[in-house]
Amino acid sequence: MKQNFIGALCALAVMGGAFAQTPKKPAAKPAAKTAPAPAAEEKDAATLEFEKFRAEMEESNPAELFEMKGEEQWKTKRGPKNVSLAESCDLGQGVGKVEGAYVKMPRYFADADAVMDAERRIVWCMVEKQGFKFDEIAAKPFANANFTPDITNLVTYVAGHSRNMKIAVPLKDPKVREAYETGKAMAAYRAGPYDFSCNTCHGSDGKRIRMQNLPNLGTAAGAMKGVQGWPGYRMTGGVMLTHQWRMGDCFRQQRFPQPKYASDAIAYLLTYMIGNANGQVYKGPGIKR
Amino acid sequence: MADPMKIRAQMKGDVAEVRILMGHAMETGQRKDAAGKTIPAHFIQSMTVEVGGKKVIDGQIGTSVSRNPVFGFKVKGAKVGDKVVVSWVDNKGDKRTDEAAVA
Amino acid sequence: MTKKIILAASMAATLMIALPAVADGDYRAKAIAAFNKDFQPRGQASIDRLAEDGLQMICNRTGNKPPEYIAKRMEADQLADVKYPADGKLLGDWQAGEKLAQSGRGFTWSDQPGLPVGGNCYNCHRISPNETSFGTIGPTLYQFGKLRGNAPDIQKYVYSKIYNAKAHNLCSEMPRFGRVGALGEKQIKDLVALLLDPASPVNK
Repeated sequence: MKQNFIGALCALAVMGGAFAQTPKKPAAKPAAKTAPAPAAEEKDAATLEFEKFRAEMEESNPAELFEMKGEEQWKTKRGPKNVSLAESCDLGQGVGKVEGAYVKMPRYFADADAVMDAERRIVWCMVEKQGFKFDEIAAKPFANANFTPDITNLVTYVAGHSRNMKIAVPLKDPKVREAYETGKAMAAYRAGPYDFSCNTCHGSDGKRIRMQNLPNLGTAAGAMKGVQGWPGYRMTGGVMLTHQWRMGDCFRQQRFPQPKYASDAIAYLLTYMIGNANGQVYKGPGIKR
Repeated sequence: MADPMKIRAQMKGDVAEVRILMGHAMETGQRKDAAGKTIPAHFIQSMTVEVGGKKVIDGQIGTSVSRNPVFGFKVKGAKVGDKVVVSWVDNKGDKRTDEAAVA
Repeated sequence: MTKKIILAASMAATLMIALPAVADGDYRAKAIAAFNKDFQPRGQASIDRLAEDGLQMICNRTGNKPPEYIAKRMEADQLADVKYPADGKLLGDWQAGEKLAQSGRGFTWSDQPGLPVGGNCYNCHRISPNETSFGTIGPTLYQFGKLRGNAPDIQKYVYSKIYNAKAHNLCSEMPRFGRVGALGEKQIKDLVALLLDPASPVNK
């Protein structure tokens, strides 16, 4: 028996720290006088190294810690009404059912008379079923280094139960279709000091900002890139962030004012983006640099 | 109270692959908050892993390890059903023990 | 008379009537209503940023493909609006230009108002061969001056393009850096030099 354990310490891999500061750009390399621009797909050593690391991390994504917490919060009686979401919240698949719910949202919910993405729906349940105050949730909706809101854990838990399932936003529902078309029009709307719309960056194939590839959200594969990995664990700072957060950050960079949390506007845009990804496989909560 | 760990242990041939996810802030004591005040160090100092009642790792870790760390290693000689017990203690004396079975 | 009305940028609303019917249905109206209802000011990003100006409206309503007769007239308006330096010198310091081209700061709700705004150039363009981290939304500008020389008319073109890209292509993706006050006279001169100065690495 003793002998058997000799090989125990084969490899003790400590991951994270060093990689959290992956250099933002590759080292400058001298280019030949008439060198053509490198192709958009060309990956430098740092990118390749990071992708290897990410593949490794996907096996043990810290997002799972948030899923665990979210599961506990989903099943626990909470809030002024002392009710659990498991016994009260219908994500479209029946009360308490989380299996496959994430990939079938946004969808129309008659009880709320609104098209809702997963995060918005869970917030609605927390308010309507558990008695939490919307304004209190919306005051601090996203995680930072020292704080992770319950809603983030809950969304991560729900998203984890759609792992490896196909996106299936019910676009045939007229209300969902209307949200989709409105979202599409919003994505094309240019305004602000820099005349940017969502489509300025995400409306055509093969574009980059610096080294960052920009998915074309108008195509199924491109839209999936915008859906995949959210909610996502961001290694820089070690925070869990949701799709709602990502949408807001896009508008920040678009130089727009801030979209309100869990609003119609974000639900429309998510319906457009996730709807375009219909049929693609969602791999579950992701990991981000 | 510290958050639970996620422990996964799976036989691959005659080797058990163990992966442990820990939820911990792992503050280095080097960072400053928005007001410029140093955030006090708060990190896991030691961890132990037992497989099938046998201590296979007795390790010391420090502030170079990231927030919410992931540990992965392989154990020879384990078998399906062996209990994997992981414990850690941080510099504030907070501790946590979780277990899982080798699958 | 009709001509005059069309020419006035502030009368862009009038132009809508002249525009061919575009498939924006009422979704465009719904989209605008959603922006107005569900967005809130934050930091320097005030709510009035949601409103289209005349040019944005034309581009939005035509899917960025305005009929040529409108595009030509409105481009001329934008060009007439460009303010050139009083001393007539358009070539600044290419090294300062390179620094500015690197920075993407400015105008977001998390940027401190009043701080200098970056040129954002490398976000979208390949420029100096020494910078390999560049975007591809805009065309490559590598060897821009080497291929075109730096005669006064080219200098004037580059200055006006940076000041107001829409003066040359009405629905260009590129911001109107001078017109919106992001970049001042000195900054634009320095960027012109980055592209046109024979000493700039861009033209080596």
